[in-house]
Amino acid sequence: MQIDRYERRWMILTAVTLAVLFVAVLGSVLGAGIQVPGIDGQVDPRALARTPPFDRPGLRELGPGRYEATLVAFIWGYSPNEIRVPAGSTVTFTLTSRDVIHGFRIVDTPVNTMVIPGQVAKVTHTFTRPGTYLFVCHEYCGINHHNMYGRIIVE
Amino acid sequence: MVTMSLAQRRLVSWHLYVAVAALALGASMGPLQALEHMGIDLYRYVPFLASYYQGLSLHGVLNVLVWTTFFICGFLTFVTSATLRRPLYSLPLGWLAFGLMTGGVVLAGWAMLTNQATVLFTSYPPLKGHPAYYIGLTLVVVGTWLVSANIFLTWRQWRREHPTERTPLGAFGALVTFVMWDLASIGLAIEALFMLIPMSLGAVEGTDPLLARAFFWFTGHPIVYFWLLPAYVSWYSMVPKQAGGKLFSDPLARLALLLFIPLSIPVGIHHQFTDPGIGQGWKLVHAALTFAVFFPSAMTAFTLLASLENAGRARGARGWFDWFFRLPWRDPSVAAQLFAMLLFALGGISGLINASYNLNLMVHNTAWVPGHFHLTVGSGVTLTFMGISYWLIPYLTGRRLWSPKVALAQAWTWFIGMLIFGRGMHWLGLLGAPRRTMLGAASYAELRPDWALPSILVGVGGAILAVSLYLYLVQIVATLFFSREPAQVEVPEAEAVSGPEHAPFWFERWRLWVEVAVVLAALGYVPTVLDLVTRFNPVPGLRVW
Repeated sequence: MQIDRYERRWMILTAVTLAVLFVAVLGSVLGAGIQVPGIDGQVDPRALARTPPFDRPGLRELGPGRYEATLVAFIWGYSPNEIRVPAGSTVTFTLTSRDVIHGFRIVDTPVNTMVIPGQVAKVTHTFTRPGTYLFVCHEYCGINHHNMYGRIIVE
Repeated sequence: MVTMSLAQRRLVSWHLYVAVAALALGASMGPLQALEHMGIDLYRYVPFLASYYQGLSLHGVLNVLVWTTFFICGFLTFVTSATLRRPLYSLPLGWLAFGLMTGGVVLAGWAMLTNQATVLFTSYPPLKGHPAYYIGLTLVVVGTWLVSANIFLTWRQWRREHPTERTPLGAFGALVTFVMWDLASIGLAIEALFMLIPMSLGAVEGTDPLLARAFFWFTGHPIVYFWLLPAYVSWYSMVPKQAGGKLFSDPLARLALLLFIPLSIPVGIHHQFTDPGIGQGWKLVHAALTFAVFFPSAMTAFTLLASLENAGRARGARGWFDWFFRLPWRDPSVAAQLFAMLLFALGGISGLINASYNLNLMVHNTAWVPGHFHLTVGSGVTLTFMGISYWLIPYLTGRRLWSPKVALAQAWTWFIGMLIFGRGMHWLGLLGAPRRTMLGAASYAELRPDWALPSILVGVGGAILAVSLYLYLVQIVATLFFSREPAQVEVPEAEAVSGPEHAPFWFERWRLWVEVAVVLAALGYVPTVLDLVTRFNPVPGLRVW
């Protein structure tokens, strides 16, 4: 099989470009520590009222400037749907769903996870700038999906 | 050129008719959604829709599952038979497949139209629709297997008579598409048979949503290549001829097509980067392989540009860029497919961003994603299929295209509409607006005034696309019923600068390609699936609409 000179160059250029882009992704994972959700445990969605930490959803201070926010997603809302933290706080969100698949996207941040019944999702973000951050359900979860949201108020 | 028998042309035609009928209803939902985002709620005037989401379910299922699948099965059956210059192995088998698929669409369509399966095309459990919906869609998949069997058997007969020849490129592409699809569709079959259908029938109370997603995306990513490869078949083996030139390299076209067999499947977890319960390591492996499957598409870009330049120069072009403008832009079939390629290139680039692991966090499940796939399946594939139908339907029916001018206007309006719509959706997504959401009615939309301008682009683009859609539908109906003049159409088959004789014969050792694909799919999926099966965590099915 003969490959045209220019086409060979194009193929090499494509391979190199893809490799460079992928190395950049690896760098942002290993170097900057920007990670996607992983494996963080399972729960029985019918027994959340008896399963810590989801039996008491809300904000908990872990240490100076460090918080854990436990949220339960359900049709069609979050419990709690408003969280207040001081600017500069690092918040770990621990979420699960009581019924169907939901999503959790804090707009203007990289926080983005599916919220799947039976699975525990954990995502962490440091809120440096004060303001009101909207979070929305971004997976179709039924007739009132478009009214499922909440707010994080960074003071 | 051997003329195809009337009976066989009728079989192919009926696939196209069902495809176009599905598109007529499914794509009609699109402008309602786009205008809704812009703040114009037309749903009150559509009495048969109970909700935005019922319309969205119809839009997704009828467009990406029914329009694509029926067009592909009809077109690839046609291409196989036309390029091998022999009749289809079995017409009764062809009609059986068509009957199963159509019956399946009727069942699923009934469930959706009666609002009993408003689960969107992804059908994620524990959303629980009517059993007819899941059974119907399963029948469609079974039908595609029969179509593939018919194509393989036709090729085998040809191979017995031509043991040393290279398979013509068109038939080669059809074989690659169905080898890939038959392997890839196993995931969806397992999900339907062991999870969705038992849940919907009440045989089990619930199922594991995460495991179901893994099986869904096992098929759900390669299915995009099931849609795309038939478009590539047209771009490689037909468009160069239609444009007045030659395919640049037949062997590299074959290699690009073949690479999709092993690389299509072990990439599905890139749709699940944000799923809790799947390890980050396997997500990264699938990200890397997704970068790899970009490679054959980049090869395709080169070969197509070189072929089109060849065509432009054959038409008298000089200089560096003149060839682009010398292409037969007045031929609606060519223009539609050139626009499809341009839009697909944009969609391919946004797809690379989706695949970039943590970069996906910025766009996952935002309006960016439907923006992306309206440029790929909604343009690269759909506009190509429309362009193909501008010569194929006249060929099959013997009736001349009703109005090439209207067809040209259709191609232009789709291109312009999709550019505006795509720009709006990508932008909206970057600003954080969620996908599959009735945004105009969302109580939080007023908190985001910055979503207003991109939403207007979405609405305007959607309205232009609606015009384009109806130009297409009028064209097809008018060609079938009002065009009286006989058509003079030949099947376009491109010659190549570097011909098929330069392709190594192991390109056609299908067994080898299947084995490599199975090994890669197993490496990519077995650890994750085993892990999820051992942690099987069923949750009850629910109707939430």
